[in-house]
Formats: sequence, C-alpha cells, structure tokens
Amino acid sequence: MNERVAIVGIGWVGFRPVTPDLSYKELTYAAAVRAYADAGVDPRRDIQSFVTVAEDFHEGTSIFDEYTPDQLGAVLKPMHTIAGDGLHGLATAYMLIRTGQFDLVALEGHSKASNLLTLPEVTAYAQDPVLNRPLRLNTHFVAGLEMNRYLHETGTTGEQSAAVVVKNKHNALHNPSAPYGADLTLEEVLESQPLSWPLSHQHEAQHADGAIVMVLASESTARQLTDRPIWILGAGWCNDSAALENREWAQAVYARQSARMAYRQAGFSNPHQMIDFAEVDDTYAYKELQALEALGFFRPGEAGNATEEGVTAFDGELPVNISGGSLGMGHLLDATGLSRALEVVLQLRGEAGPRQLEDIEIGLAQSWRGVPTASGAVVVMSNA
Amino acid sequence: MTMRKVAVVGAGMTRFVRRAQETAKELSWHAVHRALVSCEMTMDDIESVCMGTAPDAFDGVHMKGEYLSDGAGAWRKPYMRSYVGGGTGVFVPIQGWYHVASGLFDTCLVVAEEKMSSYHPHAQAAFLTIFDHTTERPLKPNLLWIFALEMNRYMHTYGISKKDIAAVAVKNKRNAANHPSALLGDPDITVEDVLNSEVLAWPVNRLDVSPVTDGAVAIVLAAEHVAKRITDKPVWIEGVGWNLDTAYWTNRDLAYPSYVEYAARMAYDMAGIKEPRKEIHIVEPYDPFDYKELHHLEGLLLADRGQAPQLVADGVTLRTGNMPSCPSGGLLGVGNPIAAAGLMKIAELFWQLRGEAGARQVPGQPKRGLAQAWGDLMQVGTVVIMGR
Repeated sequence: MNERVAIVGIGWVGFRPVTPDLSYKELTYAAAVRAYADAGVDPRRDIQSFVTVAEDFHEGTSIFDEYTPDQLGAVLKPMHTIAGDGLHGLATAYMLIRTGQFDLVALEGHSKASNLLTLPEVTAYAQDPVLNRPLRLNTHFVAGLEMNRYLHETGTTGEQSAAVVVKNKHNALHNPSAPYGADLTLEEVLESQPLSWPLSHQHEAQHADGAIVMVLASESTARQLTDRPIWILGAGWCNDSAALENREWAQAVYARQSARMAYRQAGFSNPHQMIDFAEVDDTYAYKELQALEALGFFRPGEAGNATEEGVTAFDGELPVNISGGSLGMGHLLDATGLSRALEVVLQLRGEAGPRQLEDIEIGLAQSWRGVPTASGAVVVMSNA
Repeated sequence: MTMRKVAVVGAGMTRFVRRAQETAKELSWHAVHRALVSCEMTMDDIESVCMGTAPDAFDGVHMKGEYLSDGAGAWRKPYMRSYVGGGTGVFVPIQGWYHVASGLFDTCLVVAEEKMSSYHPHAQAAFLTIFDHTTERPLKPNLLWIFALEMNRYMHTYGISKKDIAAVAVKNKRNAANHPSALLGDPDITVEDVLNSEVLAWPVNRLDVSPVTDGAVAIVLAAEHVAKRITDKPVWIEGVGWNLDTAYWTNRDLAYPSYVEYAARMAYDMAGIKEPRKEIHIVEPYDPFDYKELHHLEGLLLADRGQAPQLVADGVTLRTGNMPSCPSGGLLGVGNPIAAAGLMKIAELFWQLRGEAGARQVPGQPKRGLAQAWGDLMQVGTVVIMGR
C-alpha cells in the first residue's frame, strides 16, 4: 500500500488554434497511441483503470463520459470521468494507484475549443444562476475585477503583468507544440486592445485544440517499464468559496492550500529551495504572478518585480512557464493543467529540446479552473 | 498487499420530492448536515469532499460541481466531482473510498445531489443531448425509447411477461411505504395498477419507471483508526467495482449487462467473495425501471440469466425473503434524483447493516450488502459491497 507513483508514458497531439481535420475522438486516439507506445504498454491487456477530465458544456454533450472509453482502449474497463482540471485527474490517478488496487492507470484530457462557437456565453453559464447571472457578467469582466484587486492590494503594476506576457510568448517560440509564440515588446502588450480594464487583449490566453494522455504506474511496475520514471512527490487541490461575493480576491487561497497539501506529502519545509522550475496557470497574465505568490515562491507583491528582473526567465533562478504557458501554448479547457504537467515531465526527462533547462530535479505544475471558480490543483514531480 | 480499510460512519438524506423549494446547494447542505449530526462530527473533522451529480443540463449551470462546492461543505477543502452518468450515485462513494484508501485523507464527506425539477417542462429533455451528435441525434431518440428497446429485448430473449416485471414495481413501492423520505410509497399498489397505467414507450408503462425527483444524500467515510473512535458500529467498504462499456450501444447485447458483471466481479474479488448468492445478504440493485432490477440481479450473478423474475415471483426478494432486494423501496419507491438515488442505496445498506432501518429493517441481522447503479447509454456498472 501507498507505493510511490510515477508517470511512465506521455503522448500528446497539438496544440493548434483550429483542427477542422480531426474530431476530439481522433485527437484523443492519436495522443493515447503515443502515450501507450512511450510507456510500452497495451491498454487492453495492461492498463487497469482509466480517467478522463471533461465538462459537459465544453463538449456540447450531456453525460459526456459516455464517449470516453472507445478511443482510449478502455471499453469494458474501470473508467470514470472527473469534472475537473487535468491536474485533478492526475491526482485521481495518483490516489487510485496508492490504494494498492491498481498498478497502471491512464489519464486523458482534451480540448476542442474551436468547436465552441459561443465559448464566452458557455463560461458565463458557470456563474451562480440566481445571484450573478441576472447581472450579465462577462467572464473577462470578472477577471478584470480580480486583476484590479490584485494590483491594488499588492502594489503590482500593469507593466509587471505585461512582462509575463512578453516572457511566456517568447518562451513559446522555442516550443514546437506552442502555436502562440511571439516576440513582443512591453509597449506592444500595454497598448493592445482593452479587454476589461486593467486587462488588455494580450493578457488573455487564446484557446487551442489538442489532447494529452499520460500513463501512471506503481513503483514496482514503473521500474520494470522505464529507466526514467517521473515520480509524483505530492498532489494537492482545493476549492475556495464558489461565491464571487465572499471570497479572497487578491490572493489565490486555493493555490496556497493546494500547495501546502502537496508540499506536506513531498516533505518540503522550504519549497522554494527544493523546486527548480514551475509551470503555473497563466490563463490571464496576472494569474501567473498571483499563483507564484500563493505557491510560496515570492511574498505578495514581489512576483512582479521578480519577473521584471528576469528571475522567472529561462536563465533565471526559478524558470516559470518555459513551455510558453497557456499564453504561448493556448488554453486547453479542462486539459490546461495537464499541459503544464506535460512540460514538467518533458523537462525532467531531458526531452525539452531547445528549451531544456540544465541541472533540474524537481518541478511543479499548478492549475486554475477559470472564472468564476476559486478552484485549482498542484502537483510536484521529480526525476530522482 | 493489504488495503487500507475504509468505513462508512454516518449517513443522512433529504426527503425525495417532485419539486423542492430549496436550491441545489441547500439540498446538499441539508443532507450533509444530517450525515454529520448522525456521527457527531463537524466540517472541521472533514478532510476532503467528493461530489456526485448528474448532467450540468439539469441545473443549466456550467461546471456544476464548482457551483455546488460550498453547499456540499467544500469551502477551502480538497474537493472533486466524479461522473459516470446514472452510475454516479454508487461511484461517488467509490471515489470517497479511494480518497481514504490512498492514505492521503483520514476522512471524506461524500455528497450526491440532484435537482431535476428546475428543468422546464420536464427533465427528460436534458437527455436529448446525450446521444451521438452525428449518428443518433438526428433520429431524436430519448431515454425512455432506448430503455424500452432494452426491456423488450430482455422480455423477448427469455420469454418474460410484463406481469412478471410489474411485480418488481409493486414490491418496491410497497417497501417504500415504510421509508420516511420516500416520494412514491404505496402499501396497496397491485400488479394491475402497474399494467393499467398509461403506456409511455411500449413496453414501458408509467408505473414501470421512476419519476423525476429532487433530493440529496450524504455519507461520511473514515479510515479504520478514525472510524473506531467515531462509532462502535462502523460499516466497512469491503469491495468496489466499476466498468464502462463502449458508447456504441447499438452494437451491444441488450439482453445481458456484461459491464455490470465485470464491475461485480471486480468488487467480489476485492471483498474475497467466492459465492455471492450465499455471501450477500441484502442487495440494492439499481431500479430506475422495474425490468432493470431483474437485469441487474442477473448481471450481479445473484440470479441465473432470465431467472430473476422467478426469484421475485417466489418471494425471495421480499424484505422477509432469503435475498431481500431494494428493501429501501429503491428508485421506484423512494424516488430517482439520479446521483442521490444511488447514494441513497449506500445509506440504506448502512442503516440496514447497523440495524437502524426501523420499519424497513430486514430480519436476521444481515452482515453484508451490495449496492449497484447503472447509467450512461446502457453502458456503465458501479458496485459497492459493505459489511459489518
């Protein structure tokens, strides 16, 4: 019981702004085939349980879990869906293996955001139907309010937030899977079209299509399958208040609590000294700064300065979103956290190509479920 | 390898009603409050929360699990919503089980809620969007039609009559007359009443099927060392199983639910059960339709194929029979708020195995029970075995 758990296979397809040539099932199938080949397993013979992360309204299908097994090789197998982010799914697979009842579990997340003609209206349907929806709040409007509160309480500036955009879009130029790479100047970001003050258009991650599959294994199985397992040291997740009216707006309490839970499992007392790099949520640029403070890497108000000084750049002390983050790779709906985890695995395996970081042992992935939630997860991984 | 033992230590539920005045969040909270009171715990003792609730379309709320989180008591706590369609009600305690069995948590609050009455004029319309958008939706099928197909296939394959099947509805609605939370208890209902109710989609008549219902149920799970401090009557989760078949239901043998058998075998293996017909004392199979109880008793290997109607006819499945089935009154009697109905079956086993089921108590001090749910496109089986 409670063996260590490792990621032993990864596969992904994408990420592209539109994929008119592929259905979500084809995207998932292709990612699954790659992940199973990477792990050296046959899903029908070897994998004992399957997990998908998905939300009905993103799929345009009620009871979407009906459509999850076929393209994964999971027919007539124990399979279930988590209505959560990819990192919630990763935590679920981690728990399943830790029960001692499963040695191999596959996890899938996908995005076919380009199919959604009315995505802003869909995300607005996540608001409280009684108290908030009559106000006709736009999702970006709520994010603008939160950003304003964060800047106000921490003294962070719009320029510091814009520096996140410049960094992540630049990083994405070195990631062949990232469609939104760009060499922008701070001025170009600051002068981009307003979205909901103080948010501007360039601060928002555009959506992308793609699928990610991971295979997780218990320690003994992992050692048989691969000589480079990526160990999960800890996983944490948390919901702050679902109500917009009574939550902490400036601080990401859900990220702080998730991190504490993950660090406790990992046995970290000084997480910022242990963790070599991080992939954090940047659905909106300010969220990266807010997350870095909640995760304990910086004190409130200091993440912006650190970003300006290059601490979170590729050659900085704490590289953050070297993949390009969601700003560079595209926001993948429920698979977004899984794309953060994917980069952590690639970096820890030494397979990140031109953006490979040197001398790294421990990486962190963090996710947020988007407006209007205060919900997210953290996973800490190691290659040793 | 030894498994970490997980116990159910508390349970609570709201009344099941056609149209609740409470919001979905309030229903969840009422169930949670009753579950916590039942084991003298507070939210401070709860380390994690699992939520089960069926499609977002019922409430018309995107990411409905996030919306329901605070009502379920998940404020600043680890919280996740799992989902396997109609099977969710018996899956969410499995989700709670792996939260505790993983060693990450010592306690977990498991909540299932459904508010179907918000859907106007009828929740059945929410199911129009569950079908494949390319091959099936243009035919405009609904759930009653496809289950009528399955019922017809089951009757045809084994030569079963509508009268044999109606006996299940009668048994369950009579059982529910003793359930204080039931919507449809009726001590006087007869087979003729069922056969004479109007046809919805032949061979399904109105009293063959459970109705749209609002309600919520919650249970509290604890690891062994904590459970023993909370209660001297813990009910252990001895085995769990779940299984999902292909989405292409049109290619499936509708006469026999293989996915239920696979889920049951997984749970029997975990519980070390070799002869389920001898070792399971109470069974709560999923009964949204009366034929489904029979179908599921066969899938659970508790009856031979096509022989479950004989068990009902012989009185074996009565509360006083050798293998009481749906002593709660089931979905046909207590009501069918989708996910909450499944968790109601787990709560029923908890009360029955502790001898706390009052007028519904199965005689003979039963030691072990099984609850099962089913869902999606006639596709998923979820099974939990509990014992004291």
